[in-house]
Amino acid sequence: MLRIQFISTVKLGFKSLLLHKLRSVLTMLGIIFGVCSVIAMLAIGEGASYEAQERIKKLGSNNVLINSLKPAAEAAQSGASMRSFQIDYGLTYKDGARLQSTIPGVRRVLPMRIIRESVRFSRNEVPCQVIGTLPFYPEVTRVDLLRGRFLCQMDEIWQNNVCVITAGLSRRLFPYQDPLLHAVKVGEFYYRVVGIIQETSAADQRPQTSQMEGEPLDNNVYIPLSTSRVRFGEVLIRRSAGSFQAEKVELHRIIVQMENLAAVETADPQIKTVLDRFHDQNDYEVIVPLELLRAAEETKRTFNIVLGSIAAISLLVGGIGIMNIMLATVTERTREIGVRRALGAKKRDIVTQFLVETVVLSVGGGLVGVLVGVVTPVVVTHLTKMPTIVTPWSVLLAFGISGAVGIVFGLYPARAAANLDPIEALRHE
Amino acid sequence: MIRTVGLEKTYVLSAENIVRALRGVDLEITQGSYVAIMGPSGSGKSTILNLLGCLDRPSAGQYFLGDQDVSRMDDDALSEVRGRRIGFIFQSYNLIAQLTVLENIQVPLFYQGRNLAHTHEHCLELANLVGLGDRLDHRPNQLSGGQQQRVAIARSLVNDPLIILADEPTGNLDSRTGAEVLDLIDHLNQSGKTIILVTHGDEVASRAHRVIHMKDGLIDRQIVNRAAPVAA
Ligand SMILES: Nc1ncnc2c1ncn2[C@@H]1O[C@H](COP(=O)(O)OP(=O)(O)OP(=O)(O)O)[C@@H](O)[C@H]1O
Ligand SMILES: [Mg+2]
Repeated sequence: MLRIQFISTVKLGFKSLLLHKLRSVLTMLGIIFGVCSVIAMLAIGEGASYEAQERIKKLGSNNVLINSLKPAAEAAQSGASMRSFQIDYGLTYKDGARLQSTIPGVRRVLPMRIIRESVRFSRNEVPCQVIGTLPFYPEVTRVDLLRGRFLCQMDEIWQNNVCVITAGLSRRLFPYQDPLLHAVKVGEFYYRVVGIIQETSAADQRPQTSQMEGEPLDNNVYIPLSTSRVRFGEVLIRRSAGSFQAEKVELHRIIVQMENLAAVETADPQIKTVLDRFHDQNDYEVIVPLELLRAAEETKRTFNIVLGSIAAISLLVGGIGIMNIMLATVTERTREIGVRRALGAKKRDIVTQFLVETVVLSVGGGLVGVLVGVVTPVVVTHLTKMPTIVTPWSVLLAFGISGAVGIVFGLYPARAAANLDPIEALRHE
Repeated sequence: MIRTVGLEKTYVLSAENIVRALRGVDLEITQGSYVAIMGPSGSGKSTILNLLGCLDRPSAGQYFLGDQDVSRMDDDALSEVRGRRIGFIFQSYNLIAQLTVLENIQVPLFYQGRNLAHTHEHCLELANLVGLGDRLDHRPNQLSGGQQQRVAIARSLVNDPLIILADEPTGNLDSRTGAEVLDLIDHLNQSGKTIILVTHGDEVASRAHRVIHMKDGLIDRQIVNRAAPVAA
């Protein structure tokens, strides 16, 4: 019996709202925008932080990266020896050995030489990173072996002219041939292709991150570290702007893999202490992905709070809009309220009637807002390539808040209506 | 059936401005009778009708409706009494604009918590009784004043009330339509309803069993036109 009455009250609410369609729609707009902005903003925030986190996670949360840095120009000038055209900087093989032996909780130390060079096969030529590294590279950075094998200990010992190439490079160099049957030419030497891998880690090793296809260009060639040393030498000559510049760099990067997260926490200062003793100039940087991850999470929290407040304010404004209209409606329908009271309506019947109207307004607005809010991120992603993630909880949150806004802001007008004196109300106008 | 004892209504507008709209009214109205209330403007006719209709509580005195002392009831109880035992007919019809004729007639039942689907037959009968059986889906603004007042009469009957209160029901109508409405009210009285009607017109009052003349918040005199039927 109560249910039937409730349904009729809801029907009545719809009827009253339909009486002023434009007004109802305008009132709902506030809530629509509020709910839409809650969902869309959270989706954009979620997408951005997800992307950042993925990128950082790929670096490996147990890893600490140390990159060689070219010192600032003046420092290099003064610090360099008489032969001013050669700059001598960066991480050394000894650094690697020292880190391995002195830092507690180190599992592995992976040295890498990263040299930019064109790689050729037949008439195809692709600018690449030629990475000299050790056979346990895949265990430190997680890569998928698609075909063949990775570098092995024998390659390292014999300084074999073999290489492993990434899937992207394989597609570019060998559109029609089987790479495993051929060799690629880097500089003057040929390297036999022994495997194809898919990078799932170390996103920052890809200098050109994302292009139009949306797939990263991973043009990497992996060769044994010893081979790299022999073939390229320690002194790398680079032509830039008409002048030659020679750099002596032993290692471009060292990845220190720690035993566990606790070891990662303390690694950064220890690494700096060890390295600083042998580096007068500031020619390396330490990157702790775990810290980046924490920072990203912190940023995400701040981001969510800011976006949340903006969205909350827009919902508040929407709520005030509803309250305003409902107060006007109550004034406008004072006579009707008086009639209903005379015909037996109790105060709570009147409260219910007006509350149902505001809730219908706000929940209706909420529903439309959810629809628009779910579509908006898709459009944003389409137009700006920004990743967005609509989480179910944001939809529920926004919808729930819109309902709550209806009740909170509807309560005052509804009570005002119910507390009208029936006689005064009947005499109104 | 209706009995008031020393009924008073005082409006305190400010400390020195106090309006005594009713100053102790003793009244007795038996079941089935037809009573007209007359008097100059401001004499308290509407005030006493509102009190009798449980729209308001007296400042002093008592009001017995049937066996209940209404003057002590709280707001919810008064609503209950209005919904169950009293039918109102207003000078300005007071139909609800967004509802159809049929829905307007159903409103009092809605607040009794009745399933409106089951009352359809009953409302249809009432609409036929007031001669609007073919206008059920019309809105109030599609009806003439007389037709609207008929809808209001049907509405006042729908909860089968003890008394029907009418404050100048023909005030906004021309004399012919007014007479038709009054005929309808006569008919209700003949079928057993107690009618209390406020009016300024002598010929309207002449239809009643008894005419109460008010003056300055008191009953000035009562004239009995004809004997009221004795309550069974
Ligand atoms: N809410 C109120 N506040 C103050 N005074 C009031 C109020 N309602 C009625 N009065 C006063 O009570 C007195 C009686 O009013 P009432 O409406 O009963 O007169 P009435 O006999 O119905 O007059 P009319 O024939 O013009 O309708 C009047 O003097 C009026 O000013
Ligand atoms: Mg009056």
